Amino acid sequence: MTMPFYVSPEQVMKDRADYARKGIARGKSLVALECREGIAIVAENPSRTLYKISEIYDRIAFAGVGKYNEFQMLKIGGVRLADLKGFQYSRDDVTASSLANAYAQTLGQVFTHEMKPYEVEILVASVGATPEEPNQLFHILYDGYVVDEEGFTVLGGQSETISDAIRAEFQEGLDLGAVVRLGARVLAGERDALPASQLEVATLLRSRPARAFHRVRGEELDALLAV
Amino acid sequence: MIEPPLPSFPTGSDPGPSFLGLLRRMAPDALPGALAGPGSSPGPPGPAPEGVVHGTTVVAVRYADGVVMAGDRRATAGFSIASRRIEKVFPADEHSGVAIAGAAGPAVEMVKLFQVQLQHYEKVEGEPLTLEGKANQLGQLVRANLPAAMAGFAVVPLFAGFDDRQGRGRVYSFDVTGGRYEESDFHANGSGGVHARNWIKAGWRPDLTADEAVELALRSLFAAADEDAATGGPDLVRRIFPNIAVIDAGGYRTLDADDVAGRADNLLGGRERGGDGS
Repeated sequence: MTMPFYVSPEQVMKDRADYARKGIARGKSLVALECREGIAIVAENPSRTLYKISEIYDRIAFAGVGKYNEFQMLKIGGVRLADLKGFQYSRDDVTASSLANAYAQTLGQVFTHEMKPYEVEILVASVGATPEEPNQLFHILYDGYVVDEEGFTVLGGQSETISDAIRAEFQEGLDLGAVVRLGARVLAGERDALPASQLEVATLLRSRPARAFHRVRGEELDALLAV
Repeated sequence: MIEPPLPSFPTGSDPGPSFLGLLRRMAPDALPGALAGPGSSPGPPGPAPEGVVHGTTVVAVRYADGVVMAGDRRATAGFSIASRRIEKVFPADEHSGVAIAGAAGPAVEMVKLFQVQLQHYEKVEGEPLTLEGKANQLGQLVRANLPAAMAGFAVVPLFAGFDDRQGRGRVYSFDVTGGRYEESDFHANGSGGVHARNWIKAGWRPDLTADEAVELALRSLFAAADEDAATGGPDLVRRIFPNIAVIDAGGYRTLDADDVAGRADNLLGGRERGGDGS
């Protein structure tokens, strides 16, 4: 009879976290920034069809980095949860914080109970209906750890470096164009600022009446990036 | 073990992009009555029980750049007027609309479900359904309502929208079995539908402008109200006029009440005023 090797729980968790972090670090990063008009989410993504940023509900967006199939599944789960809740109660009862909680619980559960943790970091962002109503940025890690961010947040491997770069230039009340250009610049790092073809940009605009989510592409994106 | 809070399904029973399928699995209690499945018929076959509220006449008219939808404001329950201000024309999504005739309660629930269904598909798939796909979805909801229709709670919607691929407005009608029929130019439903349709037929041209199509729709509803007791005419005392939506390449927009009132006043200065009343 063979005895299984003893591995301490600390070691198990550390191994899993390292595994998840490595997976995430292989992918490209994403930034979300608050601006006068609402929230801009900018990702480095050469694909025109495999999105990292999606609409979840009227004023709520989702973004993910890491393994595509995993954050895609989380996105669909969020859409389902939100639509069910909105249909059963009212559209105003669907909130970013309850979605963030559901994501945190799901990710936490997978991290401790499944063979392999999800190699993802996700963002749940919601824009206030009026300038007085605050925006919300929930940054959720692979193990279910939630951070409620203010101003901006960075998802992905090089988040420290990119955060420092944003902090140097970011201030409250910038306009949409300015934060999108800032995003394109900091995601590039040492390279030249990323061109429109390498970017996926989506916004949550306070001024849009029913569905705040709006994908910025084509000429509209070119216009924002130029100046 | 605690169930994960996000809905998840084993392969094979995943509802995919269908919100109706999701609702069936996750919250069957929240399904509108007749859609809950077999055995949920609201009653034996027969005419509607007394007191059931019915919405009446709705029209959809294609014009050069899109389509106009309009509905009168009356709801009846037997011989009583249940509402003078009911709305029967709703946006289905940004580029299509749905207008309802029939039992008002189930119809409004059907519209609400249909709206969520279209948006749910778009968010899950990342692309909206084609106009044809949307019409088929609505057909499925109408078909699922058949047991209720047999018990007198029939819902017969009109669906219309702007088809991006073909660059034109399109109109679909349905029967209680869920049969879906694309109408070439216009359609009208409900108790006054026959009168409205005849009026539109006499005035329709392929090159109508949006304003002309709105005028034609208004006139057809007034004509229907003239002949049909269940269709509400223009209420000049309370200033109640039909709901009107215009759908073109720019999307769905509702004409505001003052705009419609102004158009109605202009029309009523014409042919309807001072007729011989025969």
